[in-house]
This record gives sequence, structure tokens and C-alpha cells, in this order.
Amino acid sequence: MSEKEALLSVHDLKKHFAVSGGIFSREVDRVYAVDGVSFDIAAGETLGLVGESGCGKSTTGRCILRLIEPSSGEVWFKGTDVRKMDGTALRALRRDMQIIFQDPYASLNPRLTVGAIVGEALTIHNLAKSRREHEDRVVQLLETVGLQPDHLRRFPHEFSGGQRQRIGIARALAVEPKLIVCDEPVSALDVSIQAQVINLLEDLQEKFGLTYLFIAHDLSVVEHISTRIAVMYLGRVVEIAPSRELYDTPLHPYSEALLSAVPIPDPTVKRQRIMLQGDVPNPIRPPSGCHFHTRCPIAKPDCATRVPELRESKPGHWVSCHYRG
Amino acid sequence: MAEPLLDIQGLKTWFKTDDGLVRAVDGVDLRIDRGETVGVVGESGCGKTVTARSVLKLIDMPPGRFEAGRILWQGRDLIPLDDAEMNKIRSREIAIIFQEPMTSLNPVYSVGEQIAEVIELHQNLSRKQALVGAADMLKLVNIPNPERRVHDYPHQFSGGMRQRVMIAMALSCQPKLLIADEPTTALDVTIQAQILELMQEMKERFGMAIMLITHAMGVVAETAQRVVVMYAGKVVEEAPVGALFGNPRHPYTQGLIRSIPRVDRSAGQQARLESIPGTVPSLLDPPPGCRFAARCKYAMEICTQAIPPLKEVAPGHKVACVL
Ligand SMILES: Nc1ncnc2c1ncn2[C@@H]1O[C@H](COP(=O)(O)OP(=O)(O)O)[C@@H](O)[C@H]1O
Ligand SMILES: Nc1ncnc2c1ncn2[C@@H]1O[C@H](COP(=O)(O)OP(=O)(O)O)[C@@H](O)[C@H]1O
Ligand code: SF4
Ligand code: SF4
Ligand SMILES: [Mg+2]
Ligand SMILES: [Mg+2]
Repeated sequence: MSEKEALLSVHDLKKHFAVSGGIFSREVDRVYAVDGVSFDIAAGETLGLVGESGCGKSTTGRCILRLIEPSSGEVWFKGTDVRKMDGTALRALRRDMQIIFQDPYASLNPRLTVGAIVGEALTIHNLAKSRREHEDRVVQLLETVGLQPDHLRRFPHEFSGGQRQRIGIARALAVEPKLIVCDEPVSALDVSIQAQVINLLEDLQEKFGLTYLFIAHDLSVVEHISTRIAVMYLGRVVEIAPSRELYDTPLHPYSEALLSAVPIPDPTVKRQRIMLQGDVPNPIRPPSGCHFHTRCPIAKPDCATRVPELRESKPGHWVSCHYRG
Repeated sequence: MAEPLLDIQGLKTWFKTDDGLVRAVDGVDLRIDRGETVGVVGESGCGKTVTARSVLKLIDMPPGRFEAGRILWQGRDLIPLDDAEMNKIRSREIAIIFQEPMTSLNPVYSVGEQIAEVIELHQNLSRKQALVGAADMLKLVNIPNPERRVHDYPHQFSGGMRQRVMIAMALSCQPKLLIADEPTTALDVTIQAQILELMQEMKERFGMAIMLITHAMGVVAETAQRVVVMYAGKVVEEAPVGALFGNPRHPYTQGLIRSIPRVDRSAGQQARLESIPGTVPSLLDPPPGCRFAARCKYAMEICTQAIPPLKEVAPGHKVACVL
């Protein structure tokens, strides 16, 4: 995809956290949380970002919104470099890009009413001319996400997990964003409620032409909602492909193992499971060469020394492995 | 039919709270045969953990109390047993593992010492012999370098490795029943696959039964022979795994199965997820009649009048619904 078509384009993004210790609190180590991530998202599509915990998904999402400062790399949004923005430009960016989190409760101020939470951004960005208009808009937002107008005066603790996630979504929608980073938005919800929220996100996308970066560790959820999927392992993207293609013909050995490990709620489906040995290595000292070589079933000696590039193996299907694709 | 290993009959475990009486487990029947894996599923708060903990009498009383029912373990009711007798059952016959192993491991003792303690109690061995046994157990659950790792403390293990330690400890008493309460919920999917495979291997090797509690339908579909579905403190359906997924009869079970996105289905086959409206009812003053009525698309007048009993609709397939 060329950069012109992409709404968001991420190039070689890195975020390294310093780990300090000792009596002088010097930097003693570094967490390579995001270690060279690149992808594009076209307007109106959903890019799923999957991978096991600690592989850098949330850090990637936060760097894109500049909730944390990337160590290096580029983030282009509508043709402008997000990393160079300041003041007014950054404020405008916060209107265009929003985020919703896994734990809606932790991200909602418990002392504010739902009306105040959802309306806050309208005030910050001067989006309502009068008090009346402000309230009408808040009510409309609540209805859009399936809440009642009389929920306006209630507090977050009076709501269930699924309803709180709806409040978080209403807050994100208030500023009419173009892109929403959804960071594990349904991971804490029970399956029946999870389905309600997934359906809502799909409806909103269609209605408002939204673009999503959908982060989750649950592959079934990501496969369902995404147009394309990027698979991460230890701070790097190892494969990007259209959602269905990734499931049908995964190229990277890690994607293959990850997909085969997903339990299927149908006892008649019998699949060959690829068991990975050992745990995900520590991102403080990630393995040399291909990060996956310590667990890869088909690793060869040079995988420990040569870093594989992410390259386009078939149109639209990118993989980072010396021996696949 | 042979005597079941565990036979829970009409169990009610209630909690007295400031807000009123919480009917966490409200008339549950659940049977487990020797060597069988029974999956217990349902959304959070439906009483799965309280049921499991009731079996081992690990419920704080007060605020909890057994309001009614029997828990027959090889024919003997556990409810009247005193602590000393229960301790024997806990250390020799029924073992339990939890979602977060850290809560049941003691952080200040090495894992070897903790496993050795169980072995000593169970097999009347000296501490030294028991420590050797502990290393063997770690080896059994595929922990690398077991002779060295027995000396490590719980925090030195990853989440997946800690769950292996818990399984090693649970198996040290060679239980007849292993209760696993969301054993893989906190783990990543590739580690979950490892742990489920390990549990399966251990089951085949020792012939124990497993009560696998989980909210993940995929996990039960792959591991259980029989499944019990709970909703708001009650069992609403029970069936062999094939029948439960192939022909679910209770509207709640149907909704649960259809609301899961399936990685093996294309978007065309599953364009939109089915969802169950509303949320799980409060167990404080639960509504009369069928507890699922407020969310059920088939609900009728009679549903709210009396609680539908669990009835057998096909061999081994029971449903609590008026339909
Ligand atoms: N503020 C921070 N300081 C130090 N390390 C961090 C910080 N935030 C995240 N990390 C580390 O960065 C890695 C990636 O974290 P994260 O992006 O949250 O992963 P994911 O969302 O994929 O689970 C992890 O090892 C995590 O511990
Ligand atoms: N000690 C307690 N005091 C009061 N209520 C409790 C206590 N323990 C559990 N409960 C309640 O019992 C119900 C069932 O809980 P639980 O068995 O943990 O559900 P599950 O394991 O299915 O998620 C919940 O409503 C919970 O709040
Ligand atoms: S580069 Fe080597 S180690 Fe990495 S995934 Fe490919 S084969 Fe495996
Ligand atoms: S008894 Fe009535 S309300 Fe309950 S599940 Fe059956 S049809 Fe639905
Ligand atoms: Mg995260
Ligand atoms: Mg529980």
C-alpha cells in the first residue's frame, strides 16, 4: 500500500524503556518493548494486532497516540508526522485519534457522572455552542452506544463491565475521531457481553466510517473483526496478512503455532496442534537474530545471527522469516 | 451404574452480606465418575468457584453457610466432617489448583520444600527422600533442570511454570480427583495449550478424574467428556460434550455457543455474532422462576412462575427449561 492511501502509517517504530537500579538509579538494562514495528492502516479498515502478553501491543498503540514518546521511528497520520506535532497540532490529533482500554473502570473517573465523562471532550474541544446543545449531544452519544438517556447522572460504579465499556466508547466517539485504537476492549468481558460490544464496534464503524487498530490477545476475536492482521512477537511484527488468509495459510512458524493453539468450541473439529516449547523470552535481553529462534520448530543455525526482514511474500502478505514465504 | 466418585446433590451455599443473602450456589446437582473429565462452564459470578470450594469445604463460614444438600465423596457426605477429617481428604484424595498459582504458593519457601511437604504427609517419607521426590515431580511436569529448580522460590518461575509447579504439587498426593479452577485463564494461548496437554497426560497416567472449571467454551470442547453449564447459581444443562455443542438445548447454552467468534469460520459464515441481551442477574434476591427469563428470547409467562427443574431429555442430557 502506498503512503498516500494509508490513514496511518508506522515506520520502524521503537520504544525502549530504561530499567534503572542500583544506588544511583542508573540505567542498568533496557526493555526492548517495541523494536522496529512497521504497518499501514487504510481509512475504514480494521487492522488487528495480536501476540502474547508483553510482546509490545499496548506500547505500540500508546506510541501512535503519543501517550508515550517513541524512542525512534515515524508515525504518519493523514500525511503528517505525528512525532513532530506540538501544541495545536497535537490537540487536533487528539480529536482525530482516540483510544479505548481493556479495563473500562480504571479509565473512567469514578467521581464524575457519566454525562460529565462523555461530555468532557466536548468542552475541551469546544464542540458545543450552548449548554443545551452539549446535553443533547451527550444524550445522543449515550443512545448511539446503547445506553439510556437517564444514565447521564449516574456514576461508573453503578454499571456492569459491558456498560462501562460502552461509556468508554461514547467518550471516544464524542470528538468524532477518524481512528480509534481499541486496546483489548473486550478481553475482560464475559462472552455474551463480549459479543454485544464487538457488534457495537462493527456497527459504529459502518455508521461513522471509523478506522480501527484493534489490539487483542484473543485470536478468534481479532480474526472476526479485522480486515487484516499483524502478528507481533517480542517487539516485532512477524507477519501481516488479510485476516482470512492468515488463518488459512499462515507463513510464519509463530503465527502457525499461535493459530493452532486456539481452542475451538466444537468437539468435532480435530486439528494438528503445533506445541511450542518453553516460555516467551524476556524482552530485556531478547534472543539475537530472529527473536523467535529459541522456540522455532524449524530454526536453522543462522537464525540466531541474522535478523529477518519483513518482506512481501505475496501481494499484501508480509512475513519476516528466512525460510518461509 | 457404579457409585460416582463425587455426587453433589441439591447443594446450596449461601453468603450473608450487608446487602442481604447471596445465593451463590442455589441447588446444584453435579456428578463426577472415576477417571472422567467434567467441564463446568458459565459466565463470571455464576457460582463455579463457590461450587468447587464447597467440595473441599474451603468456604469461609461465616459469611458462608451450607444451606442444604449433600456432597457425597465415594458415598460419604463431606458436609458433616470436621477439619481433621477434611484435611485427610484434601491431602490425599481431592486436589485443587487455581487460576493464580501465586495465591496458593508460599512465597518464602522454595517450591521443592512445598512439594516435599505434601509428599511427606502422603507417603510417610523422610524430608530428604521427599525432596528427591519433589525433583521427580518437577521433572514429571516437564520443568527444565528439576534438580536445580527445586531450590527456587515461586517468584522465580513464570506464570506457566508456576502452574506446572501447582500441578506437580497437586499430583504429589496422587488424588482421585483434581479440581482445576480456571487453570489456564491467566496464561497465553501457547502456554495454555502446554498446560492442557500436561493435564491430559497426567490424567491418563494416574487415572484421576478432573473437574475443569472455565468460562472458555473452546477449552471444555477440547478436554471434557461431559459438560455442566451453570447460570446464576444453578445448573441449567448437562450433557456429553458432543451433544452439548452439537445439540445445545437450553437457550442460555445456545446463546453462549453462538456468541463466540470462531477462528475456523470465515466472515461470510459468521458475519455477525449472536449476543445475549442484558447481563447476569444479581444473586441477591434472584428473580422467581427461571433465572434466565429476563434475557431469554423464548420466555413465556410460566417461565417466571416456578423454577424449571433439571429434566433428562436424552440419555445423559439434562436441561432446566420449560421448552
Ligand atoms: N513503562 C514501562 N516501563 C518499563 N517496561 C515497560 C513499560 N511499559 C511496558 N513495559 C514492558 O514492555 C513490554 C511490552 O509491554 P506491552 O506493550 O504492555 O505488551 P502487550 O500489550 O503486548 O501485553 C513488556 O515487557 C512490559 O513489561
Ligand atoms: N465470601 C463471599 N461473600 C459474599 N459473596 C460471595 C463470596 N464468595 C463468592 N460470593 C458471590 O458468589 C457468587 C458466585 O461467585 P463465584 O463462585 O466466584 O463465581 P464464578 O467462579 O462462577 O465466577 C458471586 O456473586 C460472588 O460475588
Ligand atoms: S527466521 Fe529462522 S527462527 Fe525465525 S521464524 Fe524463520 S526459521 Fe524460525
Ligand atoms: S424456562 Fe423459559 S425463560 Fe427459562 S430458558 Fe426456558 S424458555 Fe427461557
Ligand atoms: Mg496490552
Ligand atoms: Mg471463579
